[in-house]
Amino acid sequence: MTKAGIDLQLGFETALQNLGLGAGAAHALWMPLPMLLLIIAATLGVMVMTWLERKISAAAQQRIGPNMAGPQGVLIPIADGIKLLTKEDVLPILADPVLFTLGPILVFLPVFLCYLVVPFGQNLLISNIAIGVFFLIATSSVQPIGLLMSGYGSNNKYSLLGGLRAAAQSISYELPLALSVLAVVLMSNGLDTVGIVEQQSGLGILSWNVWRQPIGFVIFLISALAETERIPFDLPEAEEELVAGYQTEYSGMKFALFYLGSYANLLLASLIAAVLYLGGWSFVVPVETIAALAGIPLDNPFLQIGAAALGIVMTMVKAFIFIFLAILLRWTLPRVRIDQLLDLGWKFLLPVSFVNLLLTAALKLAFPTFFGG
Amino acid sequence: MPMPMIETRTDRMLLNFGPHHPSMHGVLRLLVTLDGENIVDCEPVIGYLHRGMEKIAENRTVVQYLPYVSRWDYGAGMFNEAITVNAVEKLAGISVPKRASYLRVIMLELTRITNHLLWFGPFLADLGAQTPFLYAMREREWILDLFEAVTGMRLINNNYFRVGGVAVDLPYGWTEKCLDFCEYFLPKVDEYERLVTDNPIFRRRLEGVGAISKQDAINWGLSGPMLRACGVNWDLRKVDHYECYDDFDWEVAVYPEGDCLARYRVRMKEMRESCKIVQQAVKALPGGPFENLEAKRMLEGPKSEWNKGDYQFISKKPSANFKIPKGEAYVRVESAKGELGIYIVGDDNVCPWRWKIRPPGFVNLQVLPQLIRGMKVADMIAILGSIDIIMGEVDR
Repeated sequence: MTKAGIDLQLGFETALQNLGLGAGAAHALWMPLPMLLLIIAATLGVMVMTWLERKISAAAQQRIGPNMAGPQGVLIPIADGIKLLTKEDVLPILADPVLFTLGPILVFLPVFLCYLVVPFGQNLLISNIAIGVFFLIATSSVQPIGLLMSGYGSNNKYSLLGGLRAAAQSISYELPLALSVLAVVLMSNGLDTVGIVEQQSGLGILSWNVWRQPIGFVIFLISALAETERIPFDLPEAEEELVAGYQTEYSGMKFALFYLGSYANLLLASLIAAVLYLGGWSFVVPVETIAALAGIPLDNPFLQIGAAALGIVMTMVKAFIFIFLAILLRWTLPRVRIDQLLDLGWKFLLPVSFVNLLLTAALKLAFPTFFGG
Repeated sequence: MPMPMIETRTDRMLLNFGPHHPSMHGVLRLLVTLDGENIVDCEPVIGYLHRGMEKIAENRTVVQYLPYVSRWDYGAGMFNEAITVNAVEKLAGISVPKRASYLRVIMLELTRITNHLLWFGPFLADLGAQTPFLYAMREREWILDLFEAVTGMRLINNNYFRVGGVAVDLPYGWTEKCLDFCEYFLPKVDEYERLVTDNPIFRRRLEGVGAISKQDAINWGLSGPMLRACGVNWDLRKVDHYECYDDFDWEVAVYPEGDCLARYRVRMKEMRESCKIVQQAVKALPGGPFENLEAKRMLEGPKSEWNKGDYQFISKKPSANFKIPKGEAYVRVESAKGELGIYIVGDDNVCPWRWKIRPPGFVNLQVLPQLIRGMKVADMIAILGSIDIIMGEVDR
């Protein structure tokens, strides 16, 4: 990358090579670091989100929420984690042990794999693969198989219904989601996530995709909400109908995987929404402009560290706006019915996202300067 | 030999909802035959909460039985007490002082509001919206506090009604608190309407779901909000002219559609109307704005104007071994769920010879299988919620 930005990998590997290690060894030492960091960060994010969910729902319901476990109840997620870790892992006697065990893993893994391509800065991502967005959509579509497996493997009728609902829902909303992402891809002329952010970085807030893709943005939000199975689209685990859907028979760590997976999925969807539509790590005013005004050269190390920190903060802030929205929706709205859900997906969102794609293509031909020529 | 045919055939699934299920309102059990998400058939199984209420009544005097009756419909306990004393009063021909009648109406209408609040919250929770439940409980808390101040108990076991009146007069300052509540409550109903009634997801879940025609509703013997939501203007408070309901200006909530949304609207309107009745009754309470007339009467001696019949909270204290005269009667009140009736047979004994309860929930529940055939699983929960059952009174 020619553009300014902090490059930790390069710095780390050069430092190790200066110490006398080979290039390959340095790279091998570097590789686990970001992965570990990201897994920890995502898990921490999930913890924060469960705490937020409790606190925001409490505020919506005029309650206090957790307030005894640590200040403002911040230790509640840890108590949750310890409880789930130490709980007995029940395997129902008539369940299929292979499917039953594989299900939650298949739900959990793809979500964490998707974090590979989420950028927090110019070089602050694990791997900048050229097909980033495509990788995202392809990986996340493995999830319904896991849901179906656990629903079918539980040998419980509620679970089976929940699993089927989950599969139907995921498949129906994958299409509008992919099509709305495709419109963004069309504008940025590439599938890599970093490229998509850079294409939005020229004029600060004005160049964010949300202004050029308002329809796609709304479609993406609705579909992402359905993909993450949250109210008003939480039919697969509709408590009042299916007890807990595909999770009914799960306990202990396997249940925790679902729990972790669903919140990590929400965090991921929010991050992706921030990257695709709200300019990722970019600040409302481009950092370059601020630096030029302040007369600081772009290769100033302090500026670079500051910019990187600002980038991470901005990405998280934008993501948490969506998370807040999702939590607020969950505690406000009732649930839709399965036929209404499918109608919305197939009869409304899919045609509209097609039109949006066509419109984007037409606008790109007509106004190449504004729509990424 | 049958010709081999290629066909896709889906196996039907027999799914057992309840008695342990998050939205079965207690211990109702529904054996549902499913074709995918569609309900082919449904067979309700009841009786998990049967406690032999009718038989127990045959071995108890009225005073002994009264604390127990609020366990029929534990969502609205006072109606059960009201009908228990009304049955005996009708058989024995006991009249009730005017003040006692007003007190009864105030209590019954407050109970109707608690019942509808306790329906509103879980009904929305059944549809997936958890938050309104907490709001409903917030308002209900007020009423329960009011009950506690008068009767010493909150939800059930109020044990407030007596043959010939009520157990005690209002405590000091209660009427003001009650009016405060009414002033606070009416805007809250508007708040519910803003949050829920105009919500498009909510409306689409309920509009046209579980519709009953007017004729069907009458044929099934439905009563209460279930019947009034089908456009039948039938409210026993207006029909039977019991207690002192004719003294107040209020409307019967009637909506013609017959679907779940109409039932919802009927109950929302009934909450407002009940609130209006309470306001009027508290303001027009015979004996004036001050409470505890009993103390005043004692102080002023036998010549006190408060000695007149209208101003007493109980007509003539019946003895603990009050004998129920020979004869039989059917009495009914408009409870929050519909027509709550008692068929009583007296045998000139302290205990009734027969005590038949006609619970509205039991009769209203019968229509459920017809309503949910061909609907989706989610509709079943919505329809069941809209019927407003309490298994305590269904199973008795």
